[in-house]
Amino acid sequence: MARGTVEPMDAPANPWFSWQYLERNWGEVADAFVIHIQLTLLAVAIAVAIALPMAILARRIPRLARPIMGFTGVLYTIPSFALFALLAPYTGIGRTTVLTGLVMYALLILVRNILVGLEGVDADVVDAARGIGYGDTRLLFAVELPNALPSMVAGLRLATVSTVALVTVGVVVGYGGLGQLMFRGLQSDYRAQIATSALLCLVLALVLDVLLLLAGRAAMPWSRLSGTRTRRRAARRQLKSVESAA
Amino acid sequence: MSNIDEAWSFLTTAQNWTGANGLTTPTFDGGWSWASDSIIALGIEHLLMSVAAVAIAAVIGLPLGVYLGHLRKGGTATVIASNVSRAMPTLALLTLFAASAIGFGNRAVIIAVAIFALPPILTNTFTGMSDVDAQVRDSAQGIGMTPFQVATRVELPLAVPLIAAGLRTSSVQSVATVPLAALVAGGGLGVIINTGIATQRYGQVLAGGIIVAAFALTADAVLGRLQRSVTPPQLRATGAVKTSA
Repeated sequence: MARGTVEPMDAPANPWFSWQYLERNWGEVADAFVIHIQLTLLAVAIAVAIALPMAILARRIPRLARPIMGFTGVLYTIPSFALFALLAPYTGIGRTTVLTGLVMYALLILVRNILVGLEGVDADVVDAARGIGYGDTRLLFAVELPNALPSMVAGLRLATVSTVALVTVGVVVGYGGLGQLMFRGLQSDYRAQIATSALLCLVLALVLDVLLLLAGRAAMPWSRLSGTRTRRRAARRQLKSVESAA
Repeated sequence: MSNIDEAWSFLTTAQNWTGANGLTTPTFDGGWSWASDSIIALGIEHLLMSVAAVAIAAVIGLPLGVYLGHLRKGGTATVIASNVSRAMPTLALLTLFAASAIGFGNRAVIIAVAIFALPPILTNTFTGMSDVDAQVRDSAQGIGMTPFQVATRVELPLAVPLIAAGLRTSSVQSVATVPLAALVAGGGLGVIINTGIATQRYGQVLAGGIIVAAFALTADAVLGRLQRSVTPPQLRATGAVKTSA
């Protein structure tokens, strides 16, 4: 700009993304990000620890399955905003309330998926295992759980991704991880802060999802085999040669 | 006084339902808005916002799902859309909208909720249309139906149960998401909770939580009935109808 001209008094720039924001507030952003990750992982871990025995119990005692499914369905319909409000008067403002709410939602998703997985195990396979003398415990760990793994991993991924998104609602009780940054950015009309925290949420969800996907693949080598393209192509070729021979 | 007593007295005070000055408040520009101190007014506002959001999502999602499902194209895209929408926090979208040209208030909330209501409608419509038995489609073609007739007279009726399930899912989800509007200066029943927390009246917070939860459960039950009534009896028992996306 030429010397001497008067700069107009424009509103300050309010970009959607700014490296400057990140550089100057790195500590704060990192703190919120770490809180977000901790809340997510802790909630999912606790939920798994409760959901697994619950689902196994429901499988062992079929009379319990319907009430458990019905109850979790009703609980899942309750909005997170309302759940935090129902908990807040008793668990107070802050971490405990958010964590309790997150565990409950993750629990619902996990119990349903694990139970569906366990119920989907081929009855013939269970029968065969019993026939060669497997006891209850061995049957559970060597046959039923591995066979239910695809459904369990799917549930785990769903629960994790939803939990990452749900943490932000914790803003209601003042402990929302990256949601806290979003909310403050909104109050001060600071776009870079909102966009950065939203982006970090998406990245976190994506990274955790991919990690679980890979972990699931590593744990289920058999599903990978039947799914490869070369294998399918080979099967198709074999089918064709059979048809042409007939 | 315990929280439960306070919640009870909040819920049994008539003025909390009707508002101190009626269901509407005049705004400074001569218009009016729903009174934020009346449970009934906030409930009506909540319902209208949810209906508006689902209507927008349905207007876009139904034709698109029918079209793509008929062609059996774009299945991956619909799956990706629904996955991203699951990972995207609603609050992020709300705050992003509020800070953009769309601005604060109910309009931004309705748009944001509509975006989240779209995937269940789209994926269920797509799945319903594209999963119609190939032999059924073949025979429809065989008796001389045009592709348009196959889509509207064969595939669409068979997809109705799944489409209804998708509409129900997205409606219940919308009713559950609208409370977040209170955080971005919008209306709806979330206002009760937000005001209660801001003024540290935990009895009111509890009462708000109960109201919102009851509202969502009622919506789910009513829509479940509706979904059942549009599902042909023959399809009810076969498990062809999934209640969730």
